Amino acid sequence: MSPPVKENPVNKYLRMERMPSIWCPGCGIGTTVNCFARALDESEIDLNTVAVVSGIGCTGRVAGYMNVDSFHTTHGRAIPFATGLAMARPDMKVVVYSGDGDLTAIGGNHLVHAARRNADLMVVCVNNFTYGMTGGQVTPTTFKTAVASTTPYGAFEETFNLPRLMDSCGATFVARWTAFHVRQIAKSMNEAINKKGFRFIEILAPCPTLYLRRNKLGEGLDEMKFYKEKSVVKNGANTADVFLDYRKEITVGKFVDRERPSLNEAMDARMREALGAKYVPYKIPGKA
Amino acid sequence: MSGNADSQGVLTGAHYLDGDHACGEGAIAAGCRYSSGYPITPSTEVFEKLAQRFPFVGGRCLQFEDELAASIALYGAVWGGTKACTVTSGPGFSLMQEHIGLAAITETPCVYFNVQRAGPSTGLPTQPAQGDMMQARFGSHGDYRLIALCPNSPQECFDLSVEAFNLSEEYRVPVIVMLDEVVGHMTEKVVIPPAEKLKITERRWTKKKPGEFKLYQAAEGSLVPEMAKAGDGYKLHVTGLTHDERGYPAMNVPTHQKMQTRLFDKILKNVDKIVRWEERDLAGADVVVVSYGITSRVAERAIQMAKDKGVKVGSFRLITAWPFPEKQIIELSKKVKAFVVPELNLGQMVLEVERLSAGRTKTVPVPHVGGTVHQPEVIFNAIVEAAR
Repeated sequence: MSPPVKENPVNKYLRMERMPSIWCPGCGIGTTVNCFARALDESEIDLNTVAVVSGIGCTGRVAGYMNVDSFHTTHGRAIPFATGLAMARPDMKVVVYSGDGDLTAIGGNHLVHAARRNADLMVVCVNNFTYGMTGGQVTPTTFKTAVASTTPYGAFEETFNLPRLMDSCGATFVARWTAFHVRQIAKSMNEAINKKGFRFIEILAPCPTLYLRRNKLGEGLDEMKFYKEKSVVKNGANTADVFLDYRKEITVGKFVDRERPSLNEAMDARMREALGAKYVPYKIPGKA
Repeated sequence: MSGNADSQGVLTGAHYLDGDHACGEGAIAAGCRYSSGYPITPSTEVFEKLAQRFPFVGGRCLQFEDELAASIALYGAVWGGTKACTVTSGPGFSLMQEHIGLAAITETPCVYFNVQRAGPSTGLPTQPAQGDMMQARFGSHGDYRLIALCPNSPQECFDLSVEAFNLSEEYRVPVIVMLDEVVGHMTEKVVIPPAEKLKITERRWTKKKPGEFKLYQAAEGSLVPEMAKAGDGYKLHVTGLTHDERGYPAMNVPTHQKMQTRLFDKILKNVDKIVRWEERDLAGADVVVVSYGITSRVAERAIQMAKDKGVKVGSFRLITAWPFPEKQIIELSKKVKAFVVPELNLGQMVLEVERLSAGRTKTVPVPHVGGTVHQPEVIFNAIVEAAR
């Protein structure tokens, strides 16, 4: 048996002076952050080369708790900020960490274009099916008939199948897990952070305060039990077949893992081809 | 077009350039190596110039999917360690306002080029106006101060673009270069000096070590903090929330008070160092024409016509629109009979002149809806009338 450790191994990845976090008991966001810290620990990446960029919302607060260079930007715009950072700092691993409302509604345009241009970003989308910070409004992932504060009689729009969307836009890595799948999340994050191009991980997570309670679905723990019962791992599944439906089976797994020139690589290759020796490549500030 | 650019990318020599292209060259000469843009006439040529020239000088630019993206991608590059800018006009400037506020609160040095066209909304594309002058100051929500410059020639487009980057590094505020369509598209001689003759303000990197350095603590003897970039071990936290000296969110009034006071003071207490203007024939003038941008070029003709008629008229041309040269206008208001303020809007900067004159002297607006420039006779008539 290994000797007991005095400190939680994830502590060094967090700004412990900012704890406790603002997240509610039973919320799934902290679970995913724990997985991210473990992924960083296992990957043995130099933490000075990691940056986390968030938008606005409950998941938008992740940047503020990670003990790395971190940027808490505006609502929906984490991806373009991160794209600028990744273009200026190709030596860094830039991670976007935000929620379903931030990334897929107000930030939807940036999400599809960043995937299309294959920006060097790992995007973690914590999908709790609601806007938590503002009181539980409907999002592009809220299921039909589920109640939100702005759809008090039940939602009536079709939802995004995010893995399908990201796959069709050209993402190099697409996975979906639930907050129940802590080892799988950490493994996917570890794999994805070491890849080039646009990598997307969707994590379904309970919002007990607003989404679960309003829909009479129980507490955070009940939702974890639900995830355990309803999730079916189908690695390599066709993303057309992984659509989510309200309270139905949840297909999880790694769906896409492919190679494609990233934005920075494509830009450099094109300039070299067009301009030959006259091309002066971008130099990372402060590096020889 | 990279032929005679020197190793730092400065296109030294005498050129025949329009204002937009001169802005692009000014940005490169100032050391800008990143730009995120979105096309909109009449500003697009600034970004096109950068897209054409950057591959020869080690710069990177990308046309984004909209102005919302274009106006924040540059901040990623700035925190990565580069100098960066974005370019827009009219509707695009409206879309970018949220991020001007983000740059103000996060003290992100950056430059915006706004080549003004007639509005509101899609308005009169793409003919000239000076209708965004108040928006440049007050466009983003909340309370903040920034710097805005208004060139009146392609040469000044180059000079003030360099200056804009310098001021943004000096005070860590967004600096907006406010062209109008005519200045953006007029072609004149532009002399670009050799790199070693240009005064370039580099970013003030902290020498403190991680752990000692506080991201938002004003540097000693200054109101402006030193900067650190991503990747150097500082574990920066940059947020648009009200934050303390460490950069950590703190949702309380004393922190907000302290942060806002310093953000305002770094402009207000340095006004004398920031404010720029050009004056002519102010001694003994009865009437002073206060103008800026293309309107100042038209006013020159009107002033000459009035002088020919024996009117004692001088000129005060704004180079910084914001901060406004308050002290100078107050002093003048004690001496002259009247200010005449022609501008391509229905009354914006004239409000400042009127406010500062505080009834001591007459303020005569010479408004114009935009779409074209004033007829010099209209300004001339106003001068003659005001001199009576």
